[in-house]
Amino acid sequence: MDDLAKIADISELKGEVVVARRTVYVYQAPVRIWHWVNAACMTVLFITGYLIASPPGSLGGEASAHYQMGYIRFAHFAAGQTMAVFFLMRFVWVFLGNPASKQLFWVPVWKKNFWDGLWNEAKWYAFAVKFPRQYVGHNPLAHLMMFFVFTLGTIFMICTGFALYSQGAGEGSIWAKLFGWVFLIFPNSQDVHTYHHLGLWVLCIFAAIHVYAAVREDIMSRQSMISSMISGERQFRDDKV
Amino acid sequence: MSATETFYDVIRRQGITRRNFSKFCSLTAASMGLGATGASQVAHALETNPRVPVIWMHGLECTCCSESFIRSAHPLVKDVVLSMISLDYDDTIMAAAGHQAEAILQETRQKYKGKYILAVEGNPPLNEDGMFCIDGGRPFVEKLKEMAADAMAVIAWGSCASWGCVQAAKPNPTHAVPIDKVITDKPIIKVPGCPPIAEVMTGVITFVNTFGRLPELDRQGRPLMFYSQRIHDKCYRRPHFDAGQFVEEWDDENARKGFCLYKMGCKGPTTYNACSTVRWNDGVSFPIQSGHGCIGCSEDGFWDKGPFYERLSNIHQFGIEANADKIGIAATAAVVGAMAIHAGITAVGRLRVKHDHKTPPASAQE
Repeated sequence: MDDLAKIADISELKGEVVVARRTVYVYQAPVRIWHWVNAACMTVLFITGYLIASPPGSLGGEASAHYQMGYIRFAHFAAGQTMAVFFLMRFVWVFLGNPASKQLFWVPVWKKNFWDGLWNEAKWYAFAVKFPRQYVGHNPLAHLMMFFVFTLGTIFMICTGFALYSQGAGEGSIWAKLFGWVFLIFPNSQDVHTYHHLGLWVLCIFAAIHVYAAVREDIMSRQSMISSMISGERQFRDDKV
Repeated sequence: MSATETFYDVIRRQGITRRNFSKFCSLTAASMGLGATGASQVAHALETNPRVPVIWMHGLECTCCSESFIRSAHPLVKDVVLSMISLDYDDTIMAAAGHQAEAILQETRQKYKGKYILAVEGNPPLNEDGMFCIDGGRPFVEKLKEMAADAMAVIAWGSCASWGCVQAAKPNPTHAVPIDKVITDKPIIKVPGCPPIAEVMTGVITFVNTFGRLPELDRQGRPLMFYSQRIHDKCYRRPHFDAGQFVEEWDDENARKGFCLYKMGCKGPTTYNACSTVRWNDGVSFPIQSGHGCIGCSEDGFWDKGPFYERLSNIHQFGIEANADKIGIAATAAVVGAMAIHAGITAVGRLRVKHDHKTPPASAQE
C-alpha cells in the first residue's frame, strides 16, 4: 500500500478517496497491430468489394485514358493479400502469445462455465442482469461471435477471395493450386461471387456489432475496451483502495 | 464402315490431296496449341492410327450440340471429322434405323471392347426408373451404362451431359443428372456449352484420335486447351471493363460505343469457354461482339444463376427474388436499427446512475 499511498500523496485529492485500478496486460503488441491493420484492410475491402459488384457510373472518352476498375480491383486485391498475410501471422501468434491470443481460434464448448457465462452475458444484453461479469480476454458471448462469425467468416472470405483471384491469375498459378478446390464445392464461380458478396455483408454486420459492443462495454461493464486495443492493458474499474 | 483403315486412307480415297491434308494437320495442330512439331505428329497419327470408332448417343437434349458440330469450319466436318473417326452410331444422322441401328451398338461393343469412344449428347433422367427418356424401347440410362461399360473413354458433349443444363434446372422434375453421376468408372471429358463451339468439339475429337488419349483436363474435367480461360480474360471489350466504361442501358450511347456489358449481367467473368478467341460460325462473331452479354452457358447450373441481365445473382433460399446486396443491406439496416434501440434502452438505464467522481462506481460496492 506504500506505493498507492504515494500516488494518493502526489495527486491533488489529498485525503480523499483514491481509486487504484487493477490492470492486466492482455493484448500483446502483435495482436494490437494485427487488429488495426485488419480493421483498415476490412474497411478498404468493404468499399472496393461493393464497388466491384456495383461499379460507379460509366466513364466516357477513350478506354486508354482511364483505369478506374483496375484501381478499384487493385485496392481490393492488395488489401485482401495484406489481410490474409496478417491473418496468417495472427494464427502463428496463437502458439507464441498469451492465453487471450488463442481465443480467436477455439471455443471451449465443453466447459460448463463457458455456457454459464454465455447465458449470463446474454441476459446482460437483454437488460436482465444488472452487472456483467469481468473477463481478462473475451467474454463468452464475444468469444463465440469472434470464432463463428469473425474467424470462420474471415477464413471463408480468404478462401473464396483467393479462389476468385486465381481465375484471373490463371490455371497454373499458385493461387489456383492452393485455392482451386473451392470450385469443386461451387463448380460455377458465379456462386463463389454470390457467397463472397454475402460474406461482405456478414462481416460488415459483424464490424457494426463489434464497434457497438466495444463502445457500450467500455462505458457499461466496469472494464476498459477501446483503450485496451491501443495500450494492450485492460483496466478493471471497480477496485477500491 | 470398317474402323481399321486410317483417316489418311479415307480422305485420299475421297480425292483430298496430300497438300490439303498437310494444311489440315497444321491448322489442327495450331488450334490445339501443339507447337512446332505438332503438325507432323498429327499427320503421322492420322496416317498410321486406325480410325477410332465413335458411338454418339442422345439422351435428354435439344440436338444443338449436333447442330453445332456439323458446322465446324476448321476442320470441315463433312470432309474431315466424319472421315477421321468411324462414326458407327449416331441416331440423329445415321441411315440405319430400328433394330438395324440397335444391332450396331452391340456389334461395336463386342468388336471394339475397350477401344471405342462413347460420345454422349444430353443426359439421363433418373425419376420413375428413367422413364422420361425412352430410347430404343428402354430407358436411356440403361443404354448409357451398358455402352459406357466397354468404352475407352466418354465424351460429355454440351452442358446437358456435363452439368445437367435446362432439364436439370430447378425444380428438375425428371431428376436429370449429368452423365458423370451414372458413369463413375470411365474417364470422362466434359465439353460444356449450350452448344459447345464446333471447332472445340472437332478439336477434342482430333486430339483423342491423334494421341490415343484424352487431352489434359482441369479440375472439373474440361480440356484445358479450350476451357482454361474465362471469356472475360480474352474479351476484346476487356479494356473498357478495366477503364470503368460500362453499358448502363441497352439503348444508351455506351452500348453503341461497344463498352463492357458487365453491368448488364454479362457472365463472361465467370465463364470458362473459348468464345472470345475461337468465336462462332467460322470465327464471325460471338454474343458479346453482337452486343449481348454472355449468359454463361458452359457453366454448371447456369439457368439457376440468373438473372441473365444483372450482375448479382438471385438467392432463392430467401423465398423472394433477392440478391446479396438486397439481403445484405436489409440485414445491416435491421441490425443497426436493433443496436440503436438497444443503445437507447441502455442510455435510459444509464440516466439513473449517479456519477460521483469521489467514490467508485456503485457497482463496485455490490
